[in-house]
Parts: sequence; structure tokens; C-alpha cells
Amino acid sequence: MNVSNQVRFLASHEWGRIDEEGVLTVGISDHAQDLLGDIVFIELPDIGKELEAEEETAIVESVKAASDVYTPLSGEVIEINEKLLDEPELVNSSPYEDGWFFKIRLNEASAFEDLMTEDEYNASCEE
Amino acid sequence: MVDFHGWSMPIHYGSQISEHNTVRQNCGIFDVSHMTILDFHGPDVERFVRKLISNDVRKLSEIYDGLYSAMVNDKGGVIDDLIAYKMEFGYRLVVNCATRGEDLKWISNKSKDFDVLMEERDDLSMMAIQGPKSLEVLGKCPTPVNLLKAKKRQQGVYGNDMFAAKTGYTGELGFEVILPHSKAVGLWNDAIKAGAKPIGLGARDTLRLEAGMNLYGFEMDDSISPFECNMSWTVDFSDEARDFFGKRALLKKSKESNLELVGLVLEERSILRQGQEVYFDEKKALKGLVTSGTYSPTLGKPIAMARVPKFSENTCFAEVRGKKVFAKIGTPKFVKEGKEIFKERL
Repeated sequence: MNVSNQVRFLASHEWGRIDEEGVLTVGISDHAQDLLGDIVFIELPDIGKELEAEEETAIVESVKAASDVYTPLSGEVIEINEKLLDEPELVNSSPYEDGWFFKIRLNEASAFEDLMTEDEYNASCEE
Repeated sequence: MVDFHGWSMPIHYGSQISEHNTVRQNCGIFDVSHMTILDFHGPDVERFVRKLISNDVRKLSEIYDGLYSAMVNDKGGVIDDLIAYKMEFGYRLVVNCATRGEDLKWISNKSKDFDVLMEERDDLSMMAIQGPKSLEVLGKCPTPVNLLKAKKRQQGVYGNDMFAAKTGYTGELGFEVILPHSKAVGLWNDAIKAGAKPIGLGARDTLRLEAGMNLYGFEMDDSISPFECNMSWTVDFSDEARDFFGKRALLKKSKESNLELVGLVLEERSILRQGQEVYFDEKKALKGLVTSGTYSPTLGKPIAMARVPKFSENTCFAEVRGKKVFAKIGTPKFVKEGKEIFKERL
């Protein structure tokens, strides 16, 4: 699946989509939701929290296991997807759109380019 | 697909939760051919099976009747749980696939002094058809369904080359059908055509946990006695003349054992999983251990089973990722025939 060139990944299966204002929307990949199976609970960070790149930021719990979700880059949490608290299954059905987790204002928008491209991420999943 | 003790099996065919709900509301079919089927023949067969397992097969009055039992070691620990059926030729035991090696070793060793023959039926497949509509589905398949209708739980019938019993691992109306491999795919396809949906191992686990049924290696193992895993009712001491393996240890444990299996229901958004400790007071003076835990699709809440010290507390707590998570303690049964049956302690 081709997500778009504005989306980059972490090897730990998070994606981040950047906009013109340097805001990064973060979620987990289609591959990750498939591995986890049906998702039943999600814990999201507090708005205003300052995050360091690759810091544990959210928790996703599926029928199989609980996993940490890491922020791809450093920044301040400015919005969370509260819909996921009641409808965690959105992460299964729409991992790149309705199933986003949180948005951060990046400290350094240029760092986005250092993340994995979709092709690099897909290759890392096959390893 | 996963490797399950040498069998390639699906965790789910799509969504585990929707498969779970299908069995609670409609009908699902599980390929459970990984289960080990052992037939026992020979002049000493009844004497041997009465000695082998903790429940007493003498209770089985009619042919094809079955009962649930444990097989217990000399220390009173559960080697396996099983269903024993009375057959024309003797007895049929359906045991777990995960414990097959240990079971076969134990049985071969213990049967030396008996004129009895054990035959592993790896020529047979097994399908479980489960859910409120399962009888309807079977009615549209070439099964001995008319005979089955009148049967009670744990009773079976034989016809069309199939041994079918009213039993299951879901807490719903359901049947397990044992049949030759050559007929298994046909039954599967007929059941699907009749409306059954395929169900994977994932939903098999959440269904059995809601129903309060044990899973070997979780609620029980060879260091846990039947009294500590809600299986006291499968230990039959009523015929004092009957000796069975592990009886002496179990007689002792029936008086001494101070652990029991309970059900936990959580109002919080966190799942307690196997191996999680639970506590009853701030000092953590006493602790229990979660044996299985999951999200219950029927209750819409996390549930768990835990082995805890016997006393009358009605709540406990666990520490999950640095946070205290509270649970209500009650019966180790949560759902039956689609409805919540969990009773919390007062």
C-alpha cells in the first residue's frame, strides 16, 4: 500500500505525516495493526507534553498483547485522537486516516527527512 | 498462521472479535484436528481407565456418553485434562495436543500391568461446530443430527462414519465431530454452506475464557492440583474401593489446599495477562497469580482467571506499567449461552 510521500516511518512501526506548519500526525502502520490483531484499548499522552524522539508516548493494547507506541520525532503534543478511546478498532480499520494517535508540533521539522521512507520501512518489515 | 505444537493453525481468519461474536450469536466451525484421540481396547479396559483418570467412567451409563476428567500424577498435579467417552470397544479419550508426548509416556508406563491396548487415532479429524445455531447448521450437513437432538451435554452419537458429541469449549450449544480425514473437508464445506463461519485459535481462547474453561499450561499444569483450578468436581472419591493414580496425594490435598481459582472483572482499560501478580492489601502480604486474561467481547471489559489464596476478599489489584489496576473477584465463569453469568463476591 502506498501511503504518500509526506509519510515517514520508524522501524518500530509508527508512521508520521507532516504538514506545512511542521505538525506531525502519528499513528501505527497497517502492518503493525495486522500483527497486533483486534485493538481493544489505547492510552494517549497528555496535551502539552514535551516528547523526545523515540520516547514511549502511547500504549496500544490488543487481544494479543500491550505495546508501546513511540513518537518518531521530538516536539510538543498539541492534539490527541480522543475518538480512539471509545473506538480503538479505528486503528484496525483505518490505520493511516481515522486511526491516528496524536499530533505534535515538531521542534525541528527538518528531522522528518531522517525518518524511513515507505520503501525503506517495507523492506525492514520483510527482514 | 502459527505453529501450534507442530500443527499449522490460524489465529484468526479476519477479526478475532467478530469470530468470537459469531459463536456467541450464530454459529462457528473450528478445525480442532490437532486434539489427540486415544482409543483403549482390551479385557482390562474399564479397570485401566478407572485407574488412569480422576473421574469415574463407571458413571457413564450409555454408550457414547462422555465425562470431563483430569489425569493426575503421584503428587496430585494435573498431567492433562480430557474427555472420556464410553465406546463399544472400550473407551475413547480426547486429550490435549500440547501434552501429547507426556500423556503417551505416562499412559504407556502405567498400562504395563494391564491387558489393555492403546491406539492413537491419527487417522481421524475433529471439527467443533459451536453456537446457538449449531444444531440448525448440523441439520443441513450429512451428520447423525436427529439422534443428537435428544442428547444431553457430554453425550454422543455415531452415524455416517461420524462420532458426534454435544460438547465444546465455548459455553454455547455445540458439537464436536470426530470423523475420517477423507470426510473432514466435506463436513467443513457443508457447514460453511449452511451458515457457519470459520473460527481461529484466538477466538477459541477468548470463548473458553469467558466460559470459565481451563487451558492446560495456564490454569493447570503438573504442579497444580484439580482443587486449585476449579476441577474438584472431576475428582470422584465416591467409590472407596477404586484406586486411581494420584488418589493418595489428592486425598491429602483435598484437606490442605488453600488456593483456588477465581474470576476477575476489571472496570479499567487494562488487560491482566498470564503471570501478572495480584494483591489484596497495601503490604502485599498475600498474592495471587493471573493464569489467563483477555478482553471479553461479550462483557466489553477485561476479564481474567487467577489462582489466589482462599479467603473472602472481593477485590484485588495489580500493578500494570506502574499503575494500580483494580479488579472485582467472583466466579471463574463469565458467560454462558450469550449471557453474562459472572457473580461477584459480596
